[in-house]
Amino acid sequence: MLLNGVRNAAIANSRGPGKNEMEHTMALSLRESVHLVSDPRNLDASVEEVFQLMLGVECRRDAEPLIVPPESVTAVVGFGGLLSGACVFRTGGPAALKMAARLTGMDFAEIDDIVKDGIGEICNMLAGAWKGKVPDLAANCGLSVPAVITGRDYTLHVQAPEFQLVHTYRFEDSGFAVTIVCDGLQ
Amino acid sequence: MSEIRTLIVDDSSVMRKIVERALRQAGLDSLVVHEAGSGTEGLELLKVRQVDLILSDINMPLMDGLEFLRQIRAQNLAPGVPVVMITTESSEEHVKQAIQSGAQGYIRKPFTAEQVKERVLPLLNAA
Repeated sequence: MLLNGVRNAAIANSRGPGKNEMEHTMALSLRESVHLVSDPRNLDASVEEVFQLMLGVECRRDAEPLIVPPESVTAVVGFGGLLSGACVFRTGGPAALKMAARLTGMDFAEIDDIVKDGIGEICNMLAGAWKGKVPDLAANCGLSVPAVITGRDYTLHVQAPEFQLVHTYRFEDSGFAVTIVCDGLQ
Repeated sequence: MSEIRTLIVDDSSVMRKIVERALRQAGLDSLVVHEAGSGTEGLELLKVRQVDLILSDINMPLMDGLEFLRQIRAQNLAPGVPVVMITTESSEEHVKQAIQSGAQGYIRKPFTAEQVKERVLPLLNAA
């Protein structure tokens, strides 16, 4: 339900002024460049860029899957247009506090609205940086505004995506996962 | 440099603070910052406040940054005031749209204070 909402918002944002959906998508296809779109190095470069420039920290890719603490924060930014899907950013509560502190220069004791806003913005920048690696995608794929989920012991399930990248990274002593889900490619 | 009255428009309060911090790091210590969470709010603010610089996100709910920009020009609000778009959208098409809508500059997120300085200071000096 949430993914559908963010995706619809992203589809609306993918249309340039004065263009309808058909005009915008008929001329171009990403099918032939799916290898570029799904290149895992693009996601690693995007994570490195966002964390280095905005948080001033180095991240490294982790081979192990993310062990999610009971309390976690998930941000979702939808893609719409030539590619439909979402960028999903997930981390534990303590790591979310650290990231928000790095981003804003403020200290946080709990996951308040500023922390959620900060995590949403990190996800937004990751989604933008990732799609910006492939020019046709940058020009023909819109982003939704971020949606942020907080809570305990929840799982996120995506049914039969076209392709999916799930990468885990280490940030200081914490981990986070970034997932790119593509459920439609034109 | 004398007082710089700046309007920062972004639906993220965190991003508004980050942009303000980057401006200060760029050497604009004498900033007076007005914040708006949407294009609509930004327009209302421009009707009652004079500013020297406008920085706006593009991807916002209610009224996006490009429409905000078009409305500024259509309503003749802030004439001659430079507008810089700060956004995750980085394609040539988006930059072209922003410039056609009346933006003088474009900064892609993520950004550094140095990039903000490079894009903003020449506009302020020219204004």
